[in-house]
Amino acid sequence: MDNATTSGTVAHGHGHAHEHEHGHEELSFIWKYVFSQDHKVIGIQYAITGLLFLLFGFCLMMLMRWQLAYPGAPIPIIGGLLSQTNAPGGIMLPEFYNQLGAMHGTIMVFLGVVPLAVGGFGNFVMPLQIGAPDMAFPKINMMSYWVYFIGGVIMVGSFFLPAGAAQSGWTSYPPLAVITTPGLLGGQTWWLIGMVFLITSSLLGSLNFIVTIVQLRAKGLSWMRLPFFVWAQFVTSFLLLLAFPPLEAAGVLQLMDRLAGTSFFMPSGLVTGGKVLEVAGNGNPLLWQHLFWFLAHPEVYVLILPAMGIVGEIIANNTRKPLWGYRAMVYSVAFLGFMSFIVWAHHMFMTGMGTTMSAFFQTTTMIISIPSVVILTALLLSLWGASIRFTTPMLFALAFLPMFGIGGLTGLPLGLAPPDIHLHDTYYVIGHFHYVVAPGTIFALFAGIYHWFPKATGRKMNEMLGKIHFWGSFVCINIVFMPMFIQGLGGMNRRMYDGGMQYAHNAGLLKYNIVIGMAAWTLGLFQIPFIFNFFASIKWGALVDKNPWEATTLEWSAPSPPGHGNFVTEPIVYRGPYEYSVPGSLRDFTPQFESEKA
Amino acid sequence: MHSDSAEVQKSIRTYMMVGGMLLVFTAITVAASYLSLGVALGITVALLIATMKGSMVAAVFMHLSHEKKWIYGALILTIVGFLVLMTVPMFTVMDTIGTPIHVAAPAGEHPAGH
Amino acid sequence: MNIPYTVEERPDTGLANGKLGIWLFLASEVMLFGALFSTYILLRIGAPSWPHHELNVPLGAVNTVLLICSSVTMVMAWASLKMNKWGAHRGYLAATFLLALVFLINKSFEYAAHFRGGEYPSHSTFLAIYYTLTGLHGIHILGGMIVMAYLFGPGAKLWKKNPEQFTNRIEYTGLYWHFVDLVWIFLFPVLYLL
Repeated sequence: MDNATTSGTVAHGHGHAHEHEHGHEELSFIWKYVFSQDHKVIGIQYAITGLLFLLFGFCLMMLMRWQLAYPGAPIPIIGGLLSQTNAPGGIMLPEFYNQLGAMHGTIMVFLGVVPLAVGGFGNFVMPLQIGAPDMAFPKINMMSYWVYFIGGVIMVGSFFLPAGAAQSGWTSYPPLAVITTPGLLGGQTWWLIGMVFLITSSLLGSLNFIVTIVQLRAKGLSWMRLPFFVWAQFVTSFLLLLAFPPLEAAGVLQLMDRLAGTSFFMPSGLVTGGKVLEVAGNGNPLLWQHLFWFLAHPEVYVLILPAMGIVGEIIANNTRKPLWGYRAMVYSVAFLGFMSFIVWAHHMFMTGMGTTMSAFFQTTTMIISIPSVVILTALLLSLWGASIRFTTPMLFALAFLPMFGIGGLTGLPLGLAPPDIHLHDTYYVIGHFHYVVAPGTIFALFAGIYHWFPKATGRKMNEMLGKIHFWGSFVCINIVFMPMFIQGLGGMNRRMYDGGMQYAHNAGLLKYNIVIGMAAWTLGLFQIPFIFNFFASIKWGALVDKNPWEATTLEWSAPSPPGHGNFVTEPIVYRGPYEYSVPGSLRDFTPQFESEKA
Repeated sequence: MHSDSAEVQKSIRTYMMVGGMLLVFTAITVAASYLSLGVALGITVALLIATMKGSMVAAVFMHLSHEKKWIYGALILTIVGFLVLMTVPMFTVMDTIGTPIHVAAPAGEHPAGH
Repeated sequence: MNIPYTVEERPDTGLANGKLGIWLFLASEVMLFGALFSTYILLRIGAPSWPHHELNVPLGAVNTVLLICSSVTMVMAWASLKMNKWGAHRGYLAATFLLALVFLINKSFEYAAHFRGGEYPSHSTFLAIYYTLTGLHGIHILGGMIVMAYLFGPGAKLWKKNPEQFTNRIEYTGLYWHFVDLVWIFLFPVLYLL
């Protein structure tokens, strides 16, 4: 039995009662690994592509942090490689800094985290966890990956345009985003086109996820027996399905403003560079903000929910106890998803809304913090009285809890309009959202990689390298983001290419830029053990069988890696997902898929 | 299948009738637009007629009147999202701090904004 | 490998995969067009003046009639299959395609007339949202026509192999088509009459 290669090999001819549509012929390389319709291959494609984009986005940030720490200094080593239009003599131009800023955000959110969290983990793990042979629509699954890939190529390719990539923030606010290098040669135009591809990919994926979860659950797998990870992916898919289309529409509108001279977002009488803009006018820049944030707020829950799902699985498994408050967590995640559609204008408190609507959004924002706290508390309480195994995945999952706690708590003053007056567009915001996504979600994603790597490859990753990766990342990442709260409270604005030097009130805060830079570059170094571990373990990792973590959920009943069709015998579910340490049982875990013992 | 040949046969008359009703309502809505109803009443009448036509298409042609719970659930969530998207941005723009800029200021007074 | 409930319905949900899938897709389309209607609302309440009856109402009304008829022929194309009348199905599917084609031809005349008068999208926000709404709607009509052409042409082979699955595909195409008609039912009064 071939366990060492990645999934997709049709290695289980015997034991399979299923028939191929085209008989039993082996698929060619192209159809097996490139245009595969197998959810496991597609999941790995998403994961690897997502990780590469995360690395690329990280590198963009490391360049930015040099400019912020040492404004106007030539960038060492890489400075010579950058083009003269971006960084003459290795010194970053403001326009290039802005490109890095806009693209760092875009790439991390849309090309990195979501494809990894939803496309990667969702695709690979979810069908296995519900006992399905594959996704409901394998061809659509395949298309959704390749459309994402094309979108990614367009996004990264835009760096090579004469005037460079998009440079109006990942938020692309008009009028700036409309007037910056208009026409087809502008990076922003290709950003918009890339987004249309990415959104299409997401829509195809999300409807596939929902149909799969509703329709393809194994016998006995009722809704309240689903692993929390599946619930998280389910709610996430609804958010993607319903929240993304308005941004797609908005993207088309901004494209028309940039290419066809329309004025959806361009107000009348706009003056730039001393000249009145020749547009029809009567447009509304706030229209873009509404349509953008209608997606972008649910998007942040898309970023966090799969992470909470992953952490839930790993905590239950490594505490040898059921998750505390499973039912409350399920209701909370559903309520959270619903509420996420009515909080978006807390990103727009400074746009001149009156007190009525401002009060509405402050209220909904405060209410939405409740289910988040319920979920975090339940995860924390799950540790009480537990027999904790401090493996690498568990370390990342444990770290997620306080990190998400800090991220969530620092969001509260931002969600209230009066403090937001001081904190809006400062480094405080950057600190807040990075705490949630970086030591929050990304740590959960690392945890998930260490946890499910054995299922995908049949081998474990190295624990020593994992612990070096964890501790180094944990310490550095806090040094990167904690000072940002101090900078923000001191009034340092975000998106300033010189690190805020030009404002006198920032004088005492500039030193933190050097600290943050050092920590960021060190953080980069600590990813090397992970990258090495990941690839080396595929070849030389310790071999494992079906259930190396002694876990209870369905994916651990399939071979490692599972073959085409996943399960050797039809999976049947007999109990809930976290039956650990059941009193009277011989073992400290009773899997979902094992029938009652005599 | 949820409907067999005999049931479908009976529905054909309904399809034709609904088709006819839709054409009638189209004529009504076009005629109504030529009456001087004023903006608010005009919008209300037009949207009411459109909603009735839309409901007939959804209930009869799209078989929504006897669909399954999951479909209803997904659609209810969507309708809520749709209504939020229709109304809330409008409310935020109508609910402004201070005086609108493009309203002409009375003589002798400082115009709001600049 | 066989994916369960591709054709037969799952007992507890009462649905086949494709039925749920197409309705979810339509839900996302509601939000897509919804965003454009929201755009219309915001732009209109912010505009100093808004045109009334600026567009070609008779042509718009004709197009409305065409789409309503095409919805009837589309549901009949499905009903014919349920009653095992292959010939009638082919006729109704072809009729739906042709009605859609005439709709698009009318639309192209309409656009051409506007362009001749210099009325491009950049001319006013009204025209901008008009072109965007009807343009996106038109692309959806075209998409539906492409699917219908496939199911009339190479896709029709499935009727012999798996009549139930083919009937389902016609049903799902019909759901998409009725949705496109539904969008027009709102587009027409909003843009042409108000």
